[in-house]
Amino acid sequence: MQQFAKLVQVISNSTKTNEKLSALSEYFATAPARDKTWVLALFTGRRPKRTVNTTQLKNWCIQETGLPEWLFDESYHTVGDLGETIALLLPPPTDRKAAPLHYWMEQLLQLDKADETTKEKFIKSAWSSLDESERFVFNKLITGGFRIGVSQKMMVNALAKTWDIPPATLSHMIIGNWDPREATIEDLLHLHTTGADASRPYPFYLAYPLETPPEELGPPEEWQAEWKWDGIRGQIIKREGQLFVWSRGEELITEKFPEYQPLATALPDGVVLDGEILTYSNNTPLPFQTLQTRIGRKTITRKQLQEAPVAFLAYDLLEWEAADIRDYPLSQRRALLEALVQQVRQPMLQLSPVISFTEWPQLAALREEARAHVSEGVMLKKLSAPYQVGRKRGDWWKWKIDPFTVDAVMLYAQKGHGRRSNLYTDYTFAVRDGDNLVPFAKAYSGLTDKEIAEVDSWIKRHSLEKFGPVRTVEPVQVFEIAFEGIAASNRHKSGIALRFPRIARWRKDKPVSEINTLDDLKRLLEMHRG
Amino acid sequence: MITFTNSGLYCAAGDFYIDPWKPVTRAVITHAHSDHARFGSRYYLCEHATVPLLKIRLGQDINVQGISYYESIYFNGVKVSLHPAGHIIGSAQIRIEKDGEVWVVSGDYKLENDGLSAPFEPVKCHTFITESTFGLPIYRWAPQDQLFAGIGQWIDDNRQLAKASVLLAYSLGKAQRVMQHLQHKTEKFLVHGAIANTQEALVQSGWKLPPIEHITPETPKSAFPNSIIIAPPSADVSWMKKFSPYALGICSGWMTVRGNMRRQNADAGFALSDHADWPGLLSAVKATGAQKVYVTHGFSSVFARYLNEQGIPAEEVVTAYGEEENGNIVNN
Ligand SMILES: [Zn+2]
Ligand SMILES: [Zn+2]
Repeated sequence: MQQFAKLVQVISNSTKTNEKLSALSEYFATAPARDKTWVLALFTGRRPKRTVNTTQLKNWCIQETGLPEWLFDESYHTVGDLGETIALLLPPPTDRKAAPLHYWMEQLLQLDKADETTKEKFIKSAWSSLDESERFVFNKLITGGFRIGVSQKMMVNALAKTWDIPPATLSHMIIGNWDPREATIEDLLHLHTTGADASRPYPFYLAYPLETPPEELGPPEEWQAEWKWDGIRGQIIKREGQLFVWSRGEELITEKFPEYQPLATALPDGVVLDGEILTYSNNTPLPFQTLQTRIGRKTITRKQLQEAPVAFLAYDLLEWEAADIRDYPLSQRRALLEALVQQVRQPMLQLSPVISFTEWPQLAALREEARAHVSEGVMLKKLSAPYQVGRKRGDWWKWKIDPFTVDAVMLYAQKGHGRRSNLYTDYTFAVRDGDNLVPFAKAYSGLTDKEIAEVDSWIKRHSLEKFGPVRTVEPVQVFEIAFEGIAASNRHKSGIALRFPRIARWRKDKPVSEINTLDDLKRLLEMHRG
Repeated sequence: MITFTNSGLYCAAGDFYIDPWKPVTRAVITHAHSDHARFGSRYYLCEHATVPLLKIRLGQDINVQGISYYESIYFNGVKVSLHPAGHIIGSAQIRIEKDGEVWVVSGDYKLENDGLSAPFEPVKCHTFITESTFGLPIYRWAPQDQLFAGIGQWIDDNRQLAKASVLLAYSLGKAQRVMQHLQHKTEKFLVHGAIANTQEALVQSGWKLPPIEHITPETPKSAFPNSIIIAPPSADVSWMKKFSPYALGICSGWMTVRGNMRRQNADAGFALSDHADWPGLLSAVKATGAQKVYVTHGFSSVFARYLNEQGIPAEEVVTAYGEEENGNIVNN
């Protein structure tokens, strides 16, 4: 555990990619075999099932420290991370024990079926045997989510460096459905002989946002344009008679979308499709909110299937006749894809259409209509390009439409989490409704560090009231809020819910008298509905 | 005996202020940090060792009287004496007595003996006015030997890569403490101008401090690899450019929380503080035997509430202290 805690510390303190990389590859070269598999699993987002919840952790910590609950909460609010707060509050260990990472992971997983008393006893004894930095990682293992700046790409590069395997091959090997309790790293890296896992998807190729005029991409005839859909990026895999659906978050979500089941027979074996999972009816995508009703649910009701049916808008073909065809040019993959979709003829499998255009200004004009297509803009893909791994500049671009914006006033502020736990970084904004101010959006991002510091010190000097962590501030600071979508909502006081709200600009030049009104928002809502 | 006014803590019976933040006639100063020792008062009173430090901060021409710890001085029948606070060189708690009633103003303090400042001593009183910079239970310092061993290890690791080790520490107090405890690691420390100035004032008043060299534009690049460089938190990244390759470490109690270290783009953070940690604050308050506690700068509302729940009547007081640890006010 000590070695793992040290690795986490080095990686999270370092701002330099090559330092992180060498810490990782050193770890892979020296750590116990079963720990390596766990690290690979944890750092590629394969979070083990949570067997203890955060309320339990908090209560046990309160019992161990004898602190009042409000003081625990104050501490948590300052630290911004539950696992770290607990690690700092607990008294020093009384019974140091040196056990490797996989021991703790396996013990934790065994708690799944255990009763509350067993869980409590185990967690408390673990705490008393670990030091502060080990406790911190232990708590993070329970609560999940090491956000320490290790990307999938970095993991792949570290493994590639340690075992001398090309990164592109390697990234295909480590994704898919494997259990760190069973697979060893050697198995995964095909230092073994058994057959590959039939469900294994390919790493997604991701586009960069286009920030220059499209003219700089060269002649339009070298590019394919498609609508950029606002759904869930996914892969549909048909191998060995079975159908698998993966999301971009590398989650196996086959069960969530029973609509796709006919493809298990309709698709030929050895096929992998890349595309968008969308709610879709009468040949048009429905707004993203309707898809949201389908995500988070364990069981899908008949009503949901009727109200929010899903389709798959395919835009790429990665495997064909059981062969990896990612290095074919897009033009060729597209031709095969079109033929395949036509042959399959299933209503839930649609082609993501190609937007035809001959001049860049023409495409720019079409892009302005994106919202009418329930799309976020346009994708540009180079016809001669292979399908690459991860986010790479050059061949795929997303050219999104400009967001909606409104001017609003800051009403409440709250301290941030993690690296901004000392600063007020989370703000609630309001628009005017007659003489009242109606809160309508929360936004966290969009300001520079310098602006955040300035806003923070302003907030500290101009608070009107304090309710727990929230401060009410004088309503004078005006910000331009950008967002991607707007929908009616009865869970919000304003009756409106925004998609991806963020701060576009601090409008120091604008007085509060000139901010937008609730009616302006309602008008936007009407327009977007129509 | 003390009231909380717009200019600072005021003793009407003796007609003097303690650490006023506006110009007044008579100011009794706990220590020379800029948030406690401010410009513009007519007369200053402080511990002997604070006198030269006050002069480099506020000007050589200020009217200042130095007294020793435990020595008494009377203002209008109010007895005033200074007692070691252990915060930095010359730092004092201020004890005030009139008609048998005793108040103590802590200024900033820590309980651990840092080897330079006179070690903290609890002073019995009826009313105690305490700081609370680190008044949350997450703040619990490791013993300094352990912290300096960690810093030493970090320096060794940097030297493996021929890197300079740049340590950020407040120019008054923390910087001298760091150099004192790391002097076995180097023949001389390379330092920023702010730290060189403080060192000069201290050496002139007779302090024996480890050798330093002031970094100037003329300092050759060859001086930096493997060196230990001490700079105040206000030092700018562009000033450090010429030390490359270097690693940046911050010595501050705020480094307890991991996010703060990342926010400052440091390679390492060491939770080394000249303030009392949570257990330190609690034991200091209890040791005074005070029946009433006022809590100033820091997590004052939290600490006051906790003391009340522990049966010690306490109240939060708003002051203008407490910017120095955040580095908002530069200590040079
Ligand atoms: Zn101080
Ligand atoms: Zn202070």
